[in-house]
Amino acid sequence: MLRYALKRLVSLAISLVVASVVIFAMVEVVPGDPAAYMLGINATEETLNALRDQLGLNGTLLERYAGWVGGMLRGDFGTSYTYRTPVAEMIGERLWISLPLALFALTLSTAIAFPAGIWAASKRGSLVDTSVMGVTQLGVAIPNFWFAMLMVLVFAINLRWFNAGGFAGWDAGILPAMKSLTLPAIALALPQASILARVMRSSLLDTLGEDFIRTARAKGLSKRQALWRHALRNALIPVLTIIGLQFSFLMAGAIIIENVFFLPGLGRLVFQSISARDLIVVESVVMLLVFAVVMVNFAVDLAYAVVDPRLRVRA
Amino acid sequence: MSLTEESLARAALRSRNLMLGAALTLIFAGAALISFLWVPYDITQLDIANKIKGPSGAHPLGTDHFGRDILSMIMVGARTSIAVALVAVGIGMGLGVPLGLAAAAKTGSLLDEVIMRGNDLVFAFPSLLIAIMITAVFGASALNAIIAIGIFNIPVFARLVRGAALSLWTRDYVLAARVSGKGAARISVEHILPNVTNLLIVQGTIQFSLGILAEAGLSYVGLGAQPPLPSWGRMLADSQTMISFAPHMALFPGLAILLTVLGLNLMGDGLRDLLDPRLRRGAR
Repeated sequence: MLRYALKRLVSLAISLVVASVVIFAMVEVVPGDPAAYMLGINATEETLNALRDQLGLNGTLLERYAGWVGGMLRGDFGTSYTYRTPVAEMIGERLWISLPLALFALTLSTAIAFPAGIWAASKRGSLVDTSVMGVTQLGVAIPNFWFAMLMVLVFAINLRWFNAGGFAGWDAGILPAMKSLTLPAIALALPQASILARVMRSSLLDTLGEDFIRTARAKGLSKRQALWRHALRNALIPVLTIIGLQFSFLMAGAIIIENVFFLPGLGRLVFQSISARDLIVVESVVMLLVFAVVMVNFAVDLAYAVVDPRLRVRA
Repeated sequence: MSLTEESLARAALRSRNLMLGAALTLIFAGAALISFLWVPYDITQLDIANKIKGPSGAHPLGTDHFGRDILSMIMVGARTSIAVALVAVGIGMGLGVPLGLAAAAKTGSLLDEVIMRGNDLVFAFPSLLIAIMITAVFGASALNAIIAIGIFNIPVFARLVRGAALSLWTRDYVLAARVSGKGAARISVEHILPNVTNLLIVQGTIQFSLGILAEAGLSYVGLGAQPPLPSWGRMLADSQTMISFAPHMALFPGLAILLTVLGLNLMGDGLRDLLDPRLRRGAR
């Protein structure tokens, strides 16, 4: 188990290093001098140089990269070119919207997908199965931002159950805050739940065809008992993989959905920074999201080993 | 037509998924092609007097806030969506397939290791996030959207081809080819590649539909095709502030995306069932 975890840890570190290099390189190729941008056209070369020093823009490529990564490791994400505030603060504020949103969506997606997938698999070929497959086929094909717009039209504009956008703030209480995250979370969760339900179904069907299930049935277990006691746990591996991968889709999807609902989360921050050419913010937020995704996938890899003891040995 | 081709064709006609999917795909591909020759209204002409009109005889899907005909916009927008997704799949296949073949031919080698680890890396990152970053840095355009989506197609195809090729390399006919003195590259092209085309067709269809969704998302947030080039995502973005009094502006472009993606997915499923004989027998 320890060796397996160590091996995964090494590949995690490599992923993060490569990602940071790629992100850094991409921002480096962008023409333009942030210092000149911040001080305007009347700035003297002296003040420009002073500001560049302050922003850590002077120095070799390697120094700047080391400065950026070193800063992030200490929790210092640099200073926004446009707002002149520490990027870490900006991220901190907005994380409290994006992270709950992603978790809310992930919970919803799992809560829908598990029963739907298990139900469909246990009644293969029935009307239930066909309906679940049909609905999920639609769920996979629907663009989630469009689905979000339709929900706004129905539940916010026509029925007035929800606000069309914006965030109540956690100060207003948990419930109002969760309420403003509800439609965005549903929009994010729908395609993910559809994919997950399909994976759950097919994985469970595969497992139900295995010899050990036949053995369990021969031993006298009912179909239902065999499914819950033996098949489900074995069918979970591909499902876990997909949940891990979905986290990255949720983070990325949140960027677009936050824009539909005008939620001041990380996604809005990325967009505002892109239009303001505030690349230090873009760079840091993207790196943070990539970090989150890589960590989640690492956790999933470890979860495999818990679910499937064979993996511990094989590694 | 040989016997097997005939039974394949018959099976294809019997597959509801495949037929429905192919029909939907053909409708939108057809609309895109027809738009090169003819559209109901010129979409570069603004007609403010007729702005934001619901569906009518003159404008079956209504008009937008500039009085442009939405049906015409959707037809021309189909070109953008299809072109972006198609080229992105082309990039993925063009680079991913050779990489996958090379990795399988030299399995366990440094080349294999580098290719596969590189693939893992690209896989681990949220593609849309990096696509947003690419378009942010290099500027928003249809071309950059293609590149951004295409990059993430490379590992998909590389991994698929490598996996399939690995098992093919153990076959007797490959051994025979080796004995007759053919090199790894020649065997890959002459014997491995033809046997993975089925897989490529199926995966290509799926990546195509994902590409259409990704393009729509990127242009919705303003990072894809730029005006005046119409695109479905852009139309949805334009419609958002007017959704309370002009829901038709949001409804039809969204339906176009949904039906195209649905069509491609159904076609992909149908093709997989059809082209994988193992599944075909299992289904009966």
